[in-house]
Amino acid sequence: MIQNKKNNFNITFYLLIVPVLIWLIFMIVIPHVELLISSFQIEDDIGNKVFSFANYIEFFNQKIYWLTFVKTAAYSIGVTLLAFIVAFPIAFYLTKVASKPKASFLLLLLLIPLWVGELVTVYGWMVLLGDHGVINHFLITIGIINEPVNMLYTDFSMVVGLLYMSVLFMVIPVMSSLHSLDDSLIEAACDLGASKWVIFTRIIIPYAMPGITSGAIIVFMLVIGDYLAPNLLGGKHSLWFTEQIYNSFLTTFNWNEGAAFGFLLLMLSSGVIWLALKLSGQKLEKVGS
Amino acid sequence: MIRSLPSSASYRIAYGAYVFLFFTFLLMPLLAISVLAFNDSNFISLPWNGFTLDWFFSATDERQGVFADEELIASIVTSLSTGFFVAVLSTLVGTIAALLFEEEEFKLKGLLYFLALAPLVIPGVILGISILLTATAAGNHIENTFGLDVELFRPSYWLVILGQFSFAATYVMLLVSARLKKFDRTLEEAALSLKATRLEAIWYVTIPFLRPAIMGAFVVAFILSFSNINTTIFLIGSDPTLPIDLYSRIRFSSTPVLNAVSFMIVLVISVLAIINFFTSRSKD
Repeated sequence: MIQNKKNNFNITFYLLIVPVLIWLIFMIVIPHVELLISSFQIEDDIGNKVFSFANYIEFFNQKIYWLTFVKTAAYSIGVTLLAFIVAFPIAFYLTKVASKPKASFLLLLLLIPLWVGELVTVYGWMVLLGDHGVINHFLITIGIINEPVNMLYTDFSMVVGLLYMSVLFMVIPVMSSLHSLDDSLIEAACDLGASKWVIFTRIIIPYAMPGITSGAIIVFMLVIGDYLAPNLLGGKHSLWFTEQIYNSFLTTFNWNEGAAFGFLLLMLSSGVIWLALKLSGQKLEKVGS
Repeated sequence: MIRSLPSSASYRIAYGAYVFLFFTFLLMPLLAISVLAFNDSNFISLPWNGFTLDWFFSATDERQGVFADEELIASIVTSLSTGFFVAVLSTLVGTIAALLFEEEEFKLKGLLYFLALAPLVIPGVILGISILLTATAAGNHIENTFGLDVELFRPSYWLVILGQFSFAATYVMLLVSARLKKFDRTLEEAALSLKATRLEAIWYVTIPFLRPAIMGAFVVAFILSFSNINTTIFLIGSDPTLPIDLYSRIRFSSTPVLNAVSFMIVLVISVLAIINFFTSRSKD
């Protein structure tokens, strides 16, 4: 009987683990190993794949490649900081300031751009920011400007697009960590004569740190891996590293070079995320929750 | 400063104005395209030339509305069916993964869990190219060895589904795990002591408890698939999904039909958000 029950447990365990193993091995592990291998290959004169460092050497020799890489990294960190500055007061407002019904209505409004998808919202920004777009049309009609201001296809419009598509991923985790903050902590600090600035920097922000870390990691990953906002809203000079990968794969068909670029991007994003987790002492498990 | 504390009028007004500005920023692009979907003009932006439904229903050469544009309808159908298969597959595997990681103990659990979470921090572009490289390598190998050309291993409808599944399953797993953490394990133990097999206990006790989370996760997986472009763009075969079709139109031939499709997406999402709002409120 006991033996029978034990077998039963085993069958269930295998039924659970086999699909998960298939998913993780075939869709996650093998593809990334293949990415690494491909990045160290080039095609010789007769089309055979041979081992080579050429793709990585090319990256360091061509200024445009590593410059784009550095620029993408710097802009992604910048947008992540910006997202925090913009999102924090909103998260605080929704959890601690607004009344319950008002907060849940505003939360409903937050969900819509999040679910609509990036393409529609990026397109919306093109309609708003274009030379003949809604904002220029409006400003000319009311007489503030005479000539359209060039906003679309600049670094400005690219940053607007990147911020727009990522900022909610900062608001939501910060909100969930602020939810458990006991109001009486803030009241006590206030009674003892602490200023707003002290309350924010000494009590609220430290308390929300796990949420801020999760938000920063997700925002950074989304921004550095984004393709639509730089491609559709950015100008000729707003090159993004994902565009180099896209070009290697779909324009010049140099897949090995593209694989090397992809691997470098993966190293960069995991490196920054690892650093963020180390500095904050947080686990990856927390990021997902 | 917070609800229970008094604050100066200027502070409240400034804070309120900031919140208002933020929500304007958030909703402006959606409002603009929704209004312009009904503009009687051949250009995607202002000036306003009067109300029309041409961009939905017209079928002339000059103005092809959404419902007259066969290419567009085909890509919407592709996206809907892709979303359905991705949602089914990732809900199944994601739920199994949640049960595995919450209820079982085994060697290398930490490593597997780390891998299951990895899609959260891997940019979608990377997933797209690595799956493309792997599928192509496997396809070439099979073709050279057996002389077979398998569609799954080329950029195709099914490869898109696999690619989107690879990250959607992670989100399902997290949503189902969150509910499973609130599950009272003694219920399962009670079923076991009443001679249910482990599988029966999961099927008749645990799964019904998880049902709301599983249904929610199904919808989330569908939306993730429906709006994805970063991974899909590398795996697409001859039938484009809606975002891919829209993307190439935006780059090469913008007409107000883009506003009309975008408006339809915004409308469907808003309805879903409102349903979600009322169902989650009735639970409280």
